[in-house]
Amino acid sequence: MVKVKNIFKQYAEKSVVENVSVSIEKGKITTFIGPNGAGKSTLLSMVSRLISKDSGEVLIDNQEVAQTPSKELAKKISILKQSNYLNIRLTVKDLVSFGRFPYSQGKLTDEDWDFINEAISYMELEKMEDAFLDQLSGGQRQRAFIAMVIAQNTEYILLDEPLNNLDMRHSVQIMKVLRQLVDDLGKTVILVVHDINFASCYSDYIVAMKHGKVVKEGRTDEIINRDVLKDIYDMDMTIQQINQRKICVYF
Amino acid sequence: MSLKAKLTVLAIVAALFVCFFMFQGIGSNWDYVLPSRGKKVLAMVVTGASIAIATIIFQTLTNNRILTPSIIGLDSLYMLIQTVIIFVLGSQSLTMIDKNINFLLTVTIMMGFAFLLYQFLFRGEGRNIYFLLLIGLIFGTFFESLSSFMQVLIDPNEFQIVQDQMFASFNNIHTELLVLSIAGFGVTLWYLKPFAKYLDVLSLGKEHAVSLGVSYDYVVNRLLLIVVVLISISTALVGPITFLGLLVANVGHEFLKTYRHKSLITGTILISVIALVGGQVIVERLFTFTTTLSVIINFIGGVYFLYLLLKENKTW
Repeated sequence: MVKVKNIFKQYAEKSVVENVSVSIEKGKITTFIGPNGAGKSTLLSMVSRLISKDSGEVLIDNQEVAQTPSKELAKKISILKQSNYLNIRLTVKDLVSFGRFPYSQGKLTDEDWDFINEAISYMELEKMEDAFLDQLSGGQRQRAFIAMVIAQNTEYILLDEPLNNLDMRHSVQIMKVLRQLVDDLGKTVILVVHDINFASCYSDYIVAMKHGKVVKEGRTDEIINRDVLKDIYDMDMTIQQINQRKICVYF
Repeated sequence: MSLKAKLTVLAIVAALFVCFFMFQGIGSNWDYVLPSRGKKVLAMVVTGASIAIATIIFQTLTNNRILTPSIIGLDSLYMLIQTVIIFVLGSQSLTMIDKNINFLLTVTIMMGFAFLLYQFLFRGEGRNIYFLLLIGLIFGTFFESLSSFMQVLIDPNEFQIVQDQMFASFNNIHTELLVLSIAGFGVTLWYLKPFAKYLDVLSLGKEHAVSLGVSYDYVVNRLLLIVVVLISISTALVGPITFLGLLVANVGHEFLKTYRHKSLITGTILISVIALVGGQVIVERLFTFTTTLSVIINFIGGVYFLYLLLKENKTW
């Protein structure tokens, strides 16, 4: 379980995250939604120790993140940020094998290779495992990065806008994989998504943020509600039930 | 060609150059010529290896292929130290004549400067490596201006001696310095060993490195320290060769086409040795000592740098 308690972050007097407390349950998909600048990415970065917090606590399985050795945390929690520009030229396999670094420290064992190959086949990348990342399309590259995270085999997986720049087909594919990771392998997935309908169709819990604060959190069907969404986005939305799924129409 | 074959080819070419340099036109005076040339070769290997390792690490840390450690002002600091010594004490002073004192003083001041820079930078949070580069750049310019200022004030004869120090030269290597440098180089390599495994991961960038469990600030801090020590040693031993690192690191990337630092660093060291020994052969045999090695290296390096800037669309 990830517990965030009274966390604060300021950049030059401007609070980006203000007194946020949330608990994220194990074995579920929890999605953070909210307008741009709400502090979602900052919160995710603080939970995953990419940036430090000004005050407050982040507990992962009752251990404070700031006091846990980075190497140990890397076996528990992984994060993928929205921009994944690499300065070096790697093949898909090379990239995925980096996911084993927390375990192998660079010397890959047979067990590591099993994880790497499994992750590659899980993301259906076998055909292009020797292709260079810069030869792939955006969707394939995103899948390769997710394969790296799968190879890292952490209990908690944090994804910051994994659907950024992807078309519907690839977005759906990635969300389905995340669903499988949770349902089949018992992982905990925490992500930031901008498309409210993806959040509605695939997540178990939704945390809505605005102006650096949590406005509302709860099970998906509690949040996907006309009044709640109006409060978050300042927009009128019609919510329709299509094939047992709640779809927001906001165009 | 496989990576192993490429490394073997480089090793053979380097060995051939070294042999040519050692034995070409040797005549009958073996007792004198071999130790004298051997010292030069050793100095070139230490310098070449230091600069190659330092530049590759530096470029990995900054995730930038057109930067060299000289950007944090170490070359300019070296020149400033030499100028100040001559300005204050004169060219006949003990520190100028005794190369050992000069070497130790230079290395100590350079490392002290870097240490202060890091102390200042890594204390506060949110100060990243680019901030360090920027501050280094400003200091470098400051040192340079200060040196020029003093250089125009001193006696023209003294300036000749300062000018001598401006260009790296392998023509006058002192044995004691060589021993000190090799010892320093060895200790640094030993210190680098536990951090070497992080280099591959660091080339993915900060966020991936942290996510994969690298204690980023600690590791980067240590690696930068290693870079400074290596650059200080090589600069104090032979003088500044700004473009050598840029030249060999990029040729290394282009030729080896790998991200694995073990091979990358080995290959770049060999390329560096080839460049230095090959350059020295040209200086001695072609130009018969009318120019220095660093002039040639800086010329080729400078042209290559322009080429790099122009073709930056395709990266390796």
